[in-house]
Amino acid sequence: MDAKRGDEPGFQEGRTTVERTTDRELVTTRSFNGPARLVYEAWTRPELLKRWWAPKSTGLVLRACDADVRVGGGYRFEFSHPASPQPMVFFGRYLEVVPHARLVWTNDESGDGPVTTVSFEEKGGRTLVVMREVFPSAEALVRAAAGMEGTEGGMPESFSQLDGLLPSLRGNAG
Amino acid sequence: MPARFDASFSALSVATRRGILEQLGRADASISELAGRFRMSLTGMKKHVSVLEHAGLVTSEKVGRVRTCRLGLGRMEEEAAWMAEYRRLWDARFQGLDRLVEELKLKEKGHGRKKGG
Repeated sequence: MDAKRGDEPGFQEGRTTVERTTDRELVTTRSFNGPARLVYEAWTRPELLKRWWAPKSTGLVLRACDADVRVGGGYRFEFSHPASPQPMVFFGRYLEVVPHARLVWTNDESGDGPVTTVSFEEKGGRTLVVMREVFPSAEALVRAAAGMEGTEGGMPESFSQLDGLLPSLRGNAG
Repeated sequence: MPARFDASFSALSVATRRGILEQLGRADASISELAGRFRMSLTGMKKHVSVLEHAGLVTSEKVGRVRTCRLGLGRMEEEAAWMAEYRRLWDARFQGLDRLVEELKLKEKGHGRKKGG
């Protein structure tokens, strides 16, 4: 993306990168100025998740946010938006929970949602977050991406609804 | 075109065309390679490809006797646009997370000072 990179790619300050690494995997990275312990807490304590999972600039409102972060535990996020008559519901369960290091969860709202793996890697007081979303097939990724075959309350539907909202993020993205 | 061919063509067309796009997402391929992979006649595959070309999802180029197909700009633009939106959503989330981590750090420091002093 950028010619100028630190010796540790991804540790560059405040920069979100997204890469489609294979036909069915998306990898997103961002580094944070704080220890992995705190970044992990922000991903696992519902009262903290609520503070950042639905950015104000998107117009999304997080109506419900339950996360039982342990292996086999479930999560459920419910969003609403003035432009959407239906709430958007995301749910799944945690497959792996390694405190301060790694989370793996399923995305079960559509039949072929990805498995999401987030790792927290601390170095010199900073934490690199790497989020991998692996879809069951290239088709599933394309479907999620294109918002094709929307299912009620499902992810593709949600993304197609988001499509209309996301341009408003443009001004805040930089 | 015989009626029977047309009927089976439309029944299979959606799944097959998706498969073709998926295949071309991995690598460019010639019409005959695609026909082989989908166990289809060259004529049948040509018809699918021309539908996809018409929709801007596939482009093809003939060099010598081989017609090579690749994903069209329409498809790539669609993907690039979605990736940009996906990134924008996560970037907005991560800006919020950044602020929250700063806040949690300060809070910890504050507690540490209280304990220490």
